[in-house]
Amino acid sequence: MADRHDEARPDASSHSESKSGTRFTRRGFLKGAGASAVTAAVAPAILVSEAGTASAQEAEGVMSATISLDVNGQSHNVEVEARTTLADALRDRLEITGPKVVCDKGECGACTVEMDGKLVFSCMTLAMDAQGRKIETVEGMADGDNLHPIQEAFVEKDALMCGFCTPGFLMSSKSLLDANDNPTPEEVREGLSGNICRCGTYPHVFEAVMSAAEKMRKGG
Amino acid sequence: MQNFSYVNATSIEQVPSLLGRSWDDAVVMAGGTDLVGEMKDYAAVPKRVVNLKSIEGLDYIRQDDTGMRIGALTTLTDVLADSAVSQDYPVLHQAVSVIASPQIRNMATLAGNILQRPRCWYYRSEDFPCLKKGGARCYAVGGVNTYHAIFGSGPSYIVHPSDAAPALMALGATVNIHGPRGANEVVLDDFFTMPEMNIRRENILRPNEIVTEISIPKPEANSRGMFLKVRERESIDFALVSLAAQMTVVNGTCERASLVLGGVAPIPWRAVEAEVYLRGRRITEARAESAAEAAVEDAAPMPHNGYKVEIAKNLVKQAVQALAA
Repeated sequence: MADRHDEARPDASSHSESKSGTRFTRRGFLKGAGASAVTAAVAPAILVSEAGTASAQEAEGVMSATISLDVNGQSHNVEVEARTTLADALRDRLEITGPKVVCDKGECGACTVEMDGKLVFSCMTLAMDAQGRKIETVEGMADGDNLHPIQEAFVEKDALMCGFCTPGFLMSSKSLLDANDNPTPEEVREGLSGNICRCGTYPHVFEAVMSAAEKMRKGG
Repeated sequence: MQNFSYVNATSIEQVPSLLGRSWDDAVVMAGGTDLVGEMKDYAAVPKRVVNLKSIEGLDYIRQDDTGMRIGALTTLTDVLADSAVSQDYPVLHQAVSVIASPQIRNMATLAGNILQRPRCWYYRSEDFPCLKKGGARCYAVGGVNTYHAIFGSGPSYIVHPSDAAPALMALGATVNIHGPRGANEVVLDDFFTMPEMNIRRENILRPNEIVTEISIPKPEANSRGMFLKVRERESIDFALVSLAAQMTVVNGTCERASLVLGGVAPIPWRAVEAEVYLRGRRITEARAESAAEAAVEDAAPMPHNGYKVEIAKNLVKQAVQALAA
């Protein structure tokens, strides 16, 4: 497993880096080391019931496979194990590091992405289950160098301190405002209830989302 | 997480043959929000995971004159958004609205929610080979038991973590179970099992059986319901104590009460004594208090969780008064 501590940096920079496809030496090394460990595993022989409705091959399933992931409109082939989460596939294999792995238990929201337009925790989603689905990460929010109105509002309202939770908050905010462009403060709190900010800058986040909503209603 | 073999099921009929004779052989997965966490904690180490999401037609909410049927792949978000649920089954709507977070509700299914494994910190820790994992003792006994059971007499003191299960049980819901010998329907009161029946599990499901549907009978015309949940955080937290209440009240007199507590016992805990006490009685504040006392009559708190008795009492009193008002 790649050491995650080497990425503890604000996300503003990784955004442009990943857009331009820059490769980080350290990540490249870790990626190479990880890939060599992926080998075709032999599925254990299993009993097929008397009913025999499943053929032996169907019943065995797969322990690893090359899958295609559609991330921010781009298709990527990636080899994953059955246990590989979407978060790990995105970060460790595809170098799409906007989604952060913090709690790795579906509690903190830092790994939040959209899958077929629905907000999910990528750390609790198997990569194999993301095949054929439309995945959106924070990297897909801005239009080139033009920030999304929600991102602008986060900057204007100073809605981040260390910034590690920000990609998750941005995804949840976007999902919330895509469904409801005129939320009440209570609806904003509910919409962001799956995201934790350990620095505690919630009031600024809520303010930013309300401000972004107003801007977006005006077509900004 | 240990790697496993991943199988996409294509029909309900196929699933029993894809599963094994032991829980270590194979498990089913729908939303995965509980199972993936369990596998990360090595509380579950299955050789094979059978994906149900690849089965067509299990994602539905259907209503007719007799009640509502909800398919095994219906997500909590879909239940929450359904207007028939919020109108006719408010206890279920309210329960689902306070489950976890939007991300989890988008992934997790209603059926999966009632099949959640315990959140006990000893069960979820690799360092404690507890009774639930085939070990010799329950570490809550003599350990830190702040979040453990106040009802039941062990030998495991986990609490059932589901919010939806008490609500469904209060509504008299049934589950459809599909196994190697076909399907059968079981009322939730008979579905969940205490540790003395099977220390390793919380319900009657066998390793090669799955829940395919949840059916809820239509509540009586004068019946009303509500769900109350007390938790340490306002969002994304399990219940310290919850209460699902469904009551039929005519002219201030309770004809029938269905009261199920969550977070207090290894299964959703029906407060039978309180239900019996309330039947046929005109509801007053004093009687709501008596019902609350009856609900915790059998409570046997552990050294660190006596506070749950007080919360349970308060919830019963509050719900009985509110539903009679």
